[in-house]
Amino acid sequence: MSAIRCRGLVKRYGTLAAVDGLDLTVASGECFGLLGPNGAGKTTTIEILEGLTLPDTGDVEVLGMHWDDGAGGRALRERLGIQLQETQLADKLTVRETVALFRSLYARAHTVDEVLDLVELQEKRDTWVNKLSGGQKQRLSVACALVSRPELLFLDEPTTGLDPQSRRQLWDIITKFRAGGGTVLLTTHYMEEAERLCDHVAIMDHGKIIASGTPRELIAGLGAEHVVEFALTDAAAAPDDAVLGGLPGVQRVRRDEGRIALTVREVHRALPALLALLQSRGAELSLLTTHHATLEDVFVTLTGRHLRDA
Amino acid sequence: MRDHPLVQLTLARMREFVREPEAIFWVFGFPIVMAFALGIAFRNRGPGELRVAVARGAGDSALAATLDRSPRLAAVVLDSATARLQLRTGRVALLVLPGDPLVYRYDSTRTESRLARLEVDAELQQARGRTDVVAVRDDRVTEPGSRYIDFLIPGLLGMNLLGSGIWGVGFAVVQARQKRLLKRFMATPMKKSHYLLAFILSRLCFLFVEVVALVGFGWLMFGVGVRGSWLVLAGVTVLGALAFAGLGLLVASRARTIEGVSGLMNLVMLPMWILSGTFFSYARFPHAMIPFVKALPLTGLNDALRAVMIDGASLGQLAAPLGVVALWGAVSFTLALKIFRWR
Repeated sequence: MSAIRCRGLVKRYGTLAAVDGLDLTVASGECFGLLGPNGAGKTTTIEILEGLTLPDTGDVEVLGMHWDDGAGGRALRERLGIQLQETQLADKLTVRETVALFRSLYARAHTVDEVLDLVELQEKRDTWVNKLSGGQKQRLSVACALVSRPELLFLDEPTTGLDPQSRRQLWDIITKFRAGGGTVLLTTHYMEEAERLCDHVAIMDHGKIIASGTPRELIAGLGAEHVVEFALTDAAAAPDDAVLGGLPGVQRVRRDEGRIALTVREVHRALPALLALLQSRGAELSLLTTHHATLEDVFVTLTGRHLRDA
Repeated sequence: MRDHPLVQLTLARMREFVREPEAIFWVFGFPIVMAFALGIAFRNRGPGELRVAVARGAGDSALAATLDRSPRLAAVVLDSATARLQLRTGRVALLVLPGDPLVYRYDSTRTESRLARLEVDAELQQARGRTDVVAVRDDRVTEPGSRYIDFLIPGLLGMNLLGSGIWGVGFAVVQARQKRLLKRFMATPMKKSHYLLAFILSRLCFLFVEVVALVGFGWLMFGVGVRGSWLVLAGVTVLGALAFAGLGLLVASRARTIEGVSGLMNLVMLPMWILSGTFFSYARFPHAMIPFVKALPLTGLNDALRAVMIDGASLGQLAAPLGVVALWGAVSFTLALKIFRWR
């Protein structure tokens, strides 16, 4: 059974189509990642699924229910946990008071202590919200989403702006929630986060899904698993694309701000050939790196842009 | 019980309020400071001695001595230039020019000068042998209820209910909207009515403290009592607080930013502070304006509060002003609910 299913979602703001004909299916029990740069329409999409924004057209089904099933979807809300982007909780309530407030809004909620254990905020229970660090605030925000014992958890850019340690703490919380059988839909523009947490990802750009599948499938779709990037001290000395593309194992050549990126199947054959070619031309390297292809490479290959600056 | 959403929402409202020291001062401290300052400045002293001048000339010192004998007058002899200067600048209320006839020089638009004219003339005529033709006796009253402070305390109470209703509700709602907290609550199964009701309930809790603080201060410091029933006073203040909470909701129903709502709040409150008889009676406004002034909710509340506190009116006598207050409250609530922006 699928936790979320939507068909033909469209949402326009004036002439701008924030969401432009979107189909999505999230299976029960999986972690699904909606990836894309800022402005791709991720937040609009997730807020439509959360029943906070009305789509212009399209059909949304969440946990087998529809948002217009009477009573403002209250029965459905009981089963969801929602963390919004940019919500600032009341500054002058303590952590415990904040969780107690959200807890009171649900029929069969966790106790305050259970949730604070879950997000490891026990020792901050009597601290005012405005005295918390960014990571702690974000964990509190997730605590308010988890307090309802949700079957389905929505997280909109849960780790944006957090330091690496806070980010890992949040990943642990999400992993624990999934271990209990919960379904997660999260948006992110961190590819590493998606690869690490998500069973399925959909890459969004300009309100549309441009690719979807497991992270492994998407990377495999590049036809090669490695990326060799290099730059020359004299950019004019660079061989042209046809020559580079003819090197053994090279699938694709991409130029980007003075750098040249080769998507290759076998690094051990492509790299010596590249070095020999450059040496024969007397070109001098100023940079050379290789890495396993990531979702970032998938996005760049599909759109010609990087996620961060897209 | 403690886990009921209405209880938790109300508790959260109250906690946020009492943890904001500025809010505490403006709601509880400010009206008391105001009552204290105005009560001191306008305490009833009576007119005191009036200062009058006699210009140099024949018999000037005899005239001055006659006038000085009156406990209500203080007379000085001045040369004519100085006397004119002092009259012009208001340092003396009236100038007597000796001669035949005696000349009283004074500004007839100044109450003090006209008073001096009566006193001076009475003293001089009596000294020259005029006798009263009717026997009279003075019976002086300084009853509580007729002083300025008695007028002021109910007015300040009304103004305070207006301010804390509009600020207390308006700011909190718009802040929650600006911080996307309102939207976050909409993502829960919370009932909208609970959210709004929590504002009303927390207002009623603080209302009690506000009323006791201000009325208690007036009583201890200036002996301002409550002539009517405390129960009626409680009913009037509760109705006022509800109506102004409704007005606060209406003002905050669409605004997205604190700056936006601040402008609206001032637009609503400033005219009422001036027009509704908080610091001075609205009877001073032109006759044609009075029906409009009486249609304002703060006017209705102030009238009702004064009627209870000063005149000891019963609930039945307050139907007209309370009707105005209730109507404003009902219309504001209904309209606010219709147009409220929940995200």
